[in-house]
Amino acid sequence: MNPVKAVIAANRFGLGAKPGELERIRRPETWLLDQLQGPSRTPAELGRLPDSASVLVEAQALRQAQREARSDDEDAVKKYGRWARGHYVDQASARYRHAAATDLPFHERLVHFWCNHFAVSADKQPLPTIAGLMENEAIRPHTSGRFYDLLLAVETHPAMILYLDNQRSIGPGSTLAKRANRRRRDREVGLNENLAREILELHTLGVDGGYTQDDVTSFAKVITGWSIGGAGERGRFADGEPGHFEFREAIHEPGAKTILGKRYSQSGIEQGRAVLSDLATHPSTARFVSSKLARHFVADVPPTDLVDRMVSSWLETGGELASVYRVLIEADESWTAAHSKYKSPHDFVISTLRAFRHVPDRPQFIVGALDLLGQTPYRPGSPEGWPDTAEQWGGADSLYKRIEWSNTVARLIGSRIDPVELGNAVLGQTLDPETRKAISRAESRVQGMTLLLASPDFQRR
Amino acid sequence: MLSRRDVIKALGLTAVASSSPGLALAAADTDSRFVLVVLRGAVDGLALAPPYHDDRYRDVRGELALGKPGTDDGVLELDGFFGLHPSLPTLHELYGANEALLVHAVASPYRERSHFDGQDVLESGATAVGLARDGWLNRALSPLAGTPAIALAQNTPLVLRGDNATTSWAPSRLPDADENTIGRLQRLYAEDEFFATRLEQALKSQEIAMDMGASGRRGNEAQQFGELMTSAARFLVAEDGPRIAVLEFGGWDTHANQGAVAGQLANRLAALDRGLANLRDGLGKAWSDTVVAVATEFGRTVHVNGTRGTDHGTATAAILAGGAVNGGKVIADWPGLSETNLYEGRDLRPTTDLRSVFKGLLADHLELAPSFLDREVFPGSASARPLENLVRT
Repeated sequence: MNPVKAVIAANRFGLGAKPGELERIRRPETWLLDQLQGPSRTPAELGRLPDSASVLVEAQALRQAQREARSDDEDAVKKYGRWARGHYVDQASARYRHAAATDLPFHERLVHFWCNHFAVSADKQPLPTIAGLMENEAIRPHTSGRFYDLLLAVETHPAMILYLDNQRSIGPGSTLAKRANRRRRDREVGLNENLAREILELHTLGVDGGYTQDDVTSFAKVITGWSIGGAGERGRFADGEPGHFEFREAIHEPGAKTILGKRYSQSGIEQGRAVLSDLATHPSTARFVSSKLARHFVADVPPTDLVDRMVSSWLETGGELASVYRVLIEADESWTAAHSKYKSPHDFVISTLRAFRHVPDRPQFIVGALDLLGQTPYRPGSPEGWPDTAEQWGGADSLYKRIEWSNTVARLIGSRIDPVELGNAVLGQTLDPETRKAISRAESRVQGMTLLLASPDFQRR
Repeated sequence: MLSRRDVIKALGLTAVASSSPGLALAAADTDSRFVLVVLRGAVDGLALAPPYHDDRYRDVRGELALGKPGTDDGVLELDGFFGLHPSLPTLHELYGANEALLVHAVASPYRERSHFDGQDVLESGATAVGLARDGWLNRALSPLAGTPAIALAQNTPLVLRGDNATTSWAPSRLPDADENTIGRLQRLYAEDEFFATRLEQALKSQEIAMDMGASGRRGNEAQQFGELMTSAARFLVAEDGPRIAVLEFGGWDTHANQGAVAGQLANRLAALDRGLANLRDGLGKAWSDTVVAVATEFGRTVHVNGTRGTDHGTATAAILAGGAVNGGKVIADWPGLSETNLYEGRDLRPTTDLRSVFKGLLADHLELAPSFLDREVFPGSASARPLENLVRT
C-alpha cells in the first residue's frame, strides 16, 4: 500500500480522514469504487426528515394564515418564519451530522458536488424548507447513475421549479393564455425563462455550450407546464397532487419547437424529457460537467488530458456517471501530489468534525460556523452555486476567520487530544515536518490544535 | 436630460485627451476616495430611474410603472424626463445638491444574458468572458503605489483580485486568536506564500478595524450592506487606511413579483439608499473627496414577464454619488422604448459603454493616464472614450 495515496483518497476524494480511517484504506482505488453505490439503506440522520411534498403543503397553509392574519397579530406573522427556520436547521444539521460520521465519504462528497452543481439557494421562500430535501430526494438516489436520470429528477423537483420560477411560466399559445387574452387579462400571462436558461447555462451545456437566446426562449416554451400541484391559492393552479411535480397541460405551449437546430414534435411533458435526454448526452454537457468534476477533485485548473478522457467515457456510455468517476479514480493525475486543493469552508468544517470524531448535537454549532466562514448551508446565493477554486475562496479575511474558528474549536473540543497524534492520524506522512514541529512546540494543546487546523497541510486537500 | 450633442461632448470626442505618465504617479498620495459597489443579480434600470416622460413608459411597464412626480407613490423628480424610485430619498437629496448623477441606457460590452459571465466582464474589464483572470480596479492600482484598496467582504471580488496587494475585511463574532498563536502561524506560513500574504493582509485590516471599534453586528444581506457601508467609511477616513473600497450587494434578480412602489426591489433600493447615507455620514469631511460608483452586470427586460417580474436584459442605469461628483444630471443618449428601438426586441438598448464611465472616473478622479487606462485597465476599450465632467474640477 502507498500511504500517501490513502491520505489523498481520504482527504481529497473523501471528506477528511477520521482517526483510524487511513489504516483501513488498503487499496485506495478500490476503497473509492466500492463507495459508488452509496449506503444500502437511507442513513438514519436523513431518514428522519419529512418529504418535500408534505412540507410544501404545510408551508402553503401557514403562509395563507399569515396573509389572512391581522397585521398586529405578530404571532401569526412570525409563525411561518419560525417554522421555516426549524426545517432549515433540521436539514442542514442532518446533512453535516451525517457527513461527520459517514464511512462512505466519497459518495457523500459526490452528493454535495451535485447539490452544488444543481444549486438552489435558501434565500427565497419557501426554499429554506426544502433545499436540503431536494438533495436527498432528487440527487442522492442518482449520484452514480445516468446523468439524464439525475437531471430529470432535479428539474422536476419542486425546489428547483420554485427556485427558478417555472411553476407559473405560461405558454403564450396555451389554452389558458388564449382564454386570458380574450378576457384581456394579459398581465399575468407569459413566459418566465429563468429555469430554461439556467438548465442550459449551468446544468448542462455550459455558457459556451453553443446555444442562443432563441434556444432559451424555445426551451422555456418546451417546459411551460412543468409546475407543482396545488401551487397557488388561486383556482387555476390549485389542482394536482399538492406539493408534487405536476404537468399542467393548460399552460403548456403547444406545437413543435426547435432547439440547437433539432425539431421536437413530441407533445406534453414528453417534449421536455426528450430535450433533457439530448442535453444530457450532448458533447458540450459532457465537457462542461467533466471539467467541473475534475476541478473539484484534482486541481483548480483541471488537466486537459484527464478531462478529455472523462468526456470520451461520458459520450461512450451515454452519461453513465459511475464510468466517468472511474476514469477520474484511475487517472494518474488524481494521485500526483497531496494537498493540491484549498478547502472550501464546507470542506474545512466537515474535515474538522471528522478529525475530532465529533458529531455536534447543537445544530447552531454547524450552521453558525459555516455562516461565519462564508458558506451558509444550502445558501450559495445564486443558481451558479459555490465557487470551487482557491482564487475565489482565498480572501484574506476568510483565512483569518478560519484561524479564529480553529482557535474556538480547539478550545471547545480540542483540549483533551494530543495535536501531534491527531495530525499524524488524519494527515499521515503528508503532515509537513515543519508543521509537526510547530505543533509539538506549541504552548498548549489548544494552541497546538489551532496550529494544526489552520496549517496549510490541513487547509488543503 | 442631456442632448445627444452633450453626450458626444461628454464622451470627449471633441476634446483632446492630455496624458503624461508623471501625472499618474503624482496620484500616489491622493486624498481622493473611490468606492465601487457591485450590485449582483442585474438591477432593473427602468425601476431604479424610470423614464416617466417617455411616451411608451406606462404601456411597456404595465403594472411595474410608477406614477409621475408629485402624484401618490410617484417617482422623485430628476430632470423632467427621468425620475428616481421613491425608495431612494438620500440619492435624490444628493442629486439635488449636485452630488450625484445617473448614467442611463448603459452597459458593459457583454451582450449575452448570463449573470456570471456578465459579472465576469463587468469586473475583469475585458472585452469578453475569460480574457482576464484579474480585475480592472486591481490593475488600476499599479501606478497608485501607497493607495491601498480593501474589499468589504470575506473573499475579494474579481474586480479587485490581481497582482497588486489588496486586503479584505468583514465583521466577525468570534474571539480573536491571541497574538502568540498568530505569531506562530506567521512563522508556520512563512514558506507558503498563499497563506503568508493573506495573513499579513488580514492582520493589517484587523488593526484598523480594532482602532475604529468596528461593529460586529450581522443581519440579513440588506442590513449587512448598511453596516458595511458604515465600516467602509471608517476604513476610508483612517489615516493610514485604504483609499479605495469595493462592496458587493446581491439579490437583484427579480424574475417574479418584482414589485413597483413597494416590494422586494423597493426594499433592496431602500437598503442601497441607507448604505449611501451611512457612507456619507461616516466619511464626514472626506465625503467631498469621494466618488461612489454603483454598477450592475446588465439590465432586465423592458416588458413584464409572466410572473410579475422581469427577465435578464441588457442596458440599465448606473449611479455616481459623492462630494467629488459633478452631479445633478442624468447622462443618457436615450434609445427610447418603442418596440423597434428595443435591443433584440426585448431589452433597453445600450447607448453608453459602462467602461466610459469607469475610465472617466479613473482619469479625472484618480488621475490615471488615459493611455494607461486603454492599455492596461480596460484593454480593447479605445472606442469607449472616457466620459468627461463626471467629477468636479
